[in-house]
Amino acid sequence: MNAEVEVVFRREWGRAVAVIARLAGGDVALAEDAVADAFAVALRRWAAGPMPDDPAGWLITVAKNQAVDRIRREARRSGKEAEAARRLGECELAQPPDSINDDQLRLIFTCCHPALEPGTRVALTLRALCGLTTAEIARCFLVPESTMAQRLVRAKRKIRDAAIPFRVPEGRDLRDRVGSVLRVLYLVFTEGHRASVGPAVIRDELCDEAIRLTRLLAGVCPDEPEVLGLLALMLLTDARRAARMAEDGSPVLLDDQDRGRWDRVKMADGTAQLDAAMRLGRTGPYQLQAAIAACHAAAASVADTDWAQIALLYAALARWEPSPVVQANRAVAVAQAAGPAAGLAVLDEFCGDGQAEGWHLFYACRADLLGRLGRTAEAADACRAALDRDPPPADRELLLARLATLVSSPAPR
Amino acid sequence: MRYLCLLVGEPDIDGPAPGTPEFMQMLEDYQSASQAMAAAGVLVESRPLQPAASATTIRVRGDKTLVTDGPFAELKEQIGGYYVLECADLDEAMKWAAMIPAARFGAVDIRPAMEMPG
Repeated sequence: MNAEVEVVFRREWGRAVAVIARLAGGDVALAEDAVADAFAVALRRWAAGPMPDDPAGWLITVAKNQAVDRIRREARRSGKEAEAARRLGECELAQPPDSINDDQLRLIFTCCHPALEPGTRVALTLRALCGLTTAEIARCFLVPESTMAQRLVRAKRKIRDAAIPFRVPEGRDLRDRVGSVLRVLYLVFTEGHRASVGPAVIRDELCDEAIRLTRLLAGVCPDEPEVLGLLALMLLTDARRAARMAEDGSPVLLDDQDRGRWDRVKMADGTAQLDAAMRLGRTGPYQLQAAIAACHAAAASVADTDWAQIALLYAALARWEPSPVVQANRAVAVAQAAGPAAGLAVLDEFCGDGQAEGWHLFYACRADLLGRLGRTAEAADACRAALDRDPPPADRELLLARLATLVSSPAPR
Repeated sequence: MRYLCLLVGEPDIDGPAPGTPEFMQMLEDYQSASQAMAAAGVLVESRPLQPAASATTIRVRGDKTLVTDGPFAELKEQIGGYYVLECADLDEAMKWAAMIPAARFGAVDIRPAMEMPG
């Protein structure tokens, strides 16, 4: 794709799909096809001549006409849909920014509808709102592209055939559904945050988009503390973006990050959102994770960090999410606050439950704590156990380096 | 949009036994659900079905008609009745389907009917 068009594509895709989906009565498949058509036209036109002054408005106009053509071409459409084509053809296209935001919120709730399979909701959101290609989404989910394409087609067909509505639910329905939307937005953010997939610029845009969409959501449900909690978590995590990556692109662990490169404006924003969430007086997992991130944000150094508080927050989080990841993080915090032996005791508390068995970070964490206790041989065994569990390349290198240090250091007397 | 709601019994969950106050309550709940649907103008029709043992399956292959006793598939789940609803969208259909007592004791399968031209 032409570089200039690609920039416009990534910026405008989600907005255009949302607007056209509303005009087309909630048919997300039709909207995506029409917007894709419009970009194909743009590629040809903009290569031959100058880009229009308002590329976004131009795209929506062309996409709308493409949608009308598509509806007309499909002979099997009922009278009702012919009526839709007529209305679509006549409708006013000046889109104030607020109305585009509203359409995007509607599109989120459609993509995250409980009648769709949970994994597909994320995929659909990445496609319709964030403009990732099917191939990119397939890579995120570690499935073949054809499998992902099928899943997306099936989901979009269900939206149309079962008449999944294109609107933001109200009242109790809104409260019931916001959790599903939060989960999806959280996954979109972590997809962008994860160092393993796609070029950096797209990952950054995913994080920005997830934050923007979560902020929009907070606008329609200001009384939901977990929405503000997730927004706070995203902002506090994203504030560390510049420090997370070394010049060569390798990840930098929290302990080693240059805290001078943390984005203080984002941190202040995140902390303010968290305060607002906590004033509502109903805690939840996103607020707890945001509070943990806020503890890190407030600390000038690793040593200066309030690890006792973080350990307590992880213990609270473990009641919501009793996963080995949370338990291992709690163990690390306890070790920082009360010494490696205390941390190891926490780790051993849950190692019997089998959940941690196949997970390399559990053994990496164990190796670290045993090493600090001078139990070198056991630490080396834990390192090997972690390596046996197929860690990702970056972790593998760290583990190999640690193992080399452990086996070369003299055994404690 | 027209939706067919199939009332599906789950083999492991026993509904209230006939004759008990809970059974009477369930019947009342069916009635009030149907009345509310009718009052809202979404109810096209609804009926309970006779037990699966009364079903007959028929297949035409070439010029032969094959008749079998029993339902098409020996499902563990039994279809006990149906509602046909005319709703604006799936959310509305879900809201009404959740009022059907079968949703509490088993499940309600909401199937959108195909929109036909003309």
